Amino acid sequence: MAIVNMAIGGSPTIFASGAEAMITLDGNTIIKTRVQKRYRLKEIDETLRISRTKAEARLISEARRCGVPTPIIKDVTEFEIKMEYINGTSLKNVINPSLAGQTGELIGRLHTCGIVHGDLTTSNILFKDGKLYLIDFGLAYLDKTVEARGVDIHVLFQTFESTHENHDELIEAFKDGYSRMFGNACEILERVKEIESRGRYA
Amino acid sequence: MKISILGLEGTAWNLSAAIVDENDVIAETTATYIPASGGIHPREAAQHHANHIADIVRQTLKKGGRNISAVAFSIGPGLGPCLRTVATAARALALSLEVPLIGVNHCIAHIEVGRWKTPAKDPVTLYVSGANSQVLAYRKGRYRVFGETLDIGIGNALDKFARSVGLSHPGGPKVEELARQAKQYVPLPYTVKGMDFSFSGLTTAAQEALKRAALPDVCHSFQETAFAMLTEVTERAVAHTGKNEVLLAGGVGANLRLREMLAIMCEDRGIKFYVPEKRFMGDNGAMIAYLGLLMYKSGYSTPVPDSRVNPGFRPDDAVVTWQ
Ligand SMILES: Nc1ncnc2c1ncn2[C@@H]1O[C@H](COP(=O)(O)OP(=O)(O)O)[C@@H](O)[C@H]1O
Ligand SMILES: [Mg+2]
Repeated sequence: MAIVNMAIGGSPTIFASGAEAMITLDGNTIIKTRVQKRYRLKEIDETLRISRTKAEARLISEARRCGVPTPIIKDVTEFEIKMEYINGTSLKNVINPSLAGQTGELIGRLHTCGIVHGDLTTSNILFKDGKLYLIDFGLAYLDKTVEARGVDIHVLFQTFESTHENHDELIEAFKDGYSRMFGNACEILERVKEIESRGRYA
Repeated sequence: MKISILGLEGTAWNLSAAIVDENDVIAETTATYIPASGGIHPREAAQHHANHIADIVRQTLKKGGRNISAVAFSIGPGLGPCLRTVATAARALALSLEVPLIGVNHCIAHIEVGRWKTPAKDPVTLYVSGANSQVLAYRKGRYRVFGETLDIGIGNALDKFARSVGLSHPGGPKVEELARQAKQYVPLPYTVKGMDFSFSGLTTAAQEALKRAALPDVCHSFQETAFAMLTEVTERAVAHTGKNEVLLAGGVGANLRLREMLAIMCEDRGIKFYVPEKRFMGDNGAMIAYLGLLMYKSGYSTPVPDSRVNPGFRPDDAVVTWQ
């Protein structure tokens, strides 16, 4: 993720640009725009960008209704989501065992709601005023299978392991938090272990 | 003394033997199995390999076989009967030449030959063949699979579609040719789930689409959809890993439209795109010999009792000892 924080005289600030979207900040509104991909046919490109934008906005709202803090959606057009700016910091910068426990609760609630995030990293969780917010539902989908939930958590554990020193402690705290919020946590956490031993999902 | 390795490949269609040293391919001989009808029949393919292997090895050794340091072979993934036939030959050769035996992962051989024969150093690799479709990148001692097909490989998907419309084997190139005559795009399902993708729904939908659309249009739409999926997941892996090179590997990499899409994606991201010469893209003995050479230099060998083939050998199960 390239963070290109360049203000161009009063106009929206380019905040970040990833694999498929560009993020700009306008006042206290974040604008996430799915950019055109020249490599694919125009018909395919537009259909995808429209349906994904719609799906992401829908799941951000859906998660919020289930009690998972996410940005308030302000407006959705074909390729753009306008949402509340969470003026905080990435979980990446502040993570500790207590926040890892809080993250466990957050994901437990999300999974209870039937949503799988699909791209759980400590960059896609924001921290503001003692509270965690989940963002970036670009790869999210509705799924209640043990496998999907297990992969979701495994991916997050991998970011713990690759970017944080005390990862064992963080993982334990996450598990405690997840178990507090999610009914059959044992089954999911067992699967996480199994997925790990399969050695994929870098 | 110069190291030279004899490599044997026979995971599917192609039976190939090659000798390489650190600089180049010294000799290579290939025999390709062609089914009488339909797709690949594993036992028939294995029989083909059994019939030809002695000859192929003999010819290769005659062209370049002085002081072989080790015998390398594809230990997996691949079709069981084919793998076993070639492994048996490799064991016999290693014993009779009195040199170590080295079982190599077929997928990783595709990547390593690309790193050898192009300037790519640490790429995200899109590996597309009949049975395999994966996006891989090196991280901490292994080639990790970032995304892969949830059902069939892109090559088999193309072949299956081609056969169902009466095109003869191999279907991929014929689909590519027909696609050039297309007049319009027909919507087909685009399935990317996280970093993974799927082709079987697309293949069925393409067959259905023929009821209302012309064959060239369906070929075009099939390619546009499938290759956009592959390019998208490759781009995601690039964004995720922060690497700045993409390498294309595997037989389907011969497709010019797929190359074009990847080239545009890389250009737009400002990163390098590498495609090896065609002879190193499909299954070939040289890549097996070359990975064998890297492993040999790192001190690795496969004792005969541990040399059983592994048809489901995942690239991320192999520990990289040579980097
Ligand atoms: N609502 C928001 N409030 C604050 N920052 C945000 C918000 N949405 C996105 N960002 C910032 O932009 C980055 C990229 O946005 P994200 O939705 O994760 O897109 P991508 O799919 O490109 O990763 C995030 O990591 C975060 O730093
Ligand atoms: Mg993100």
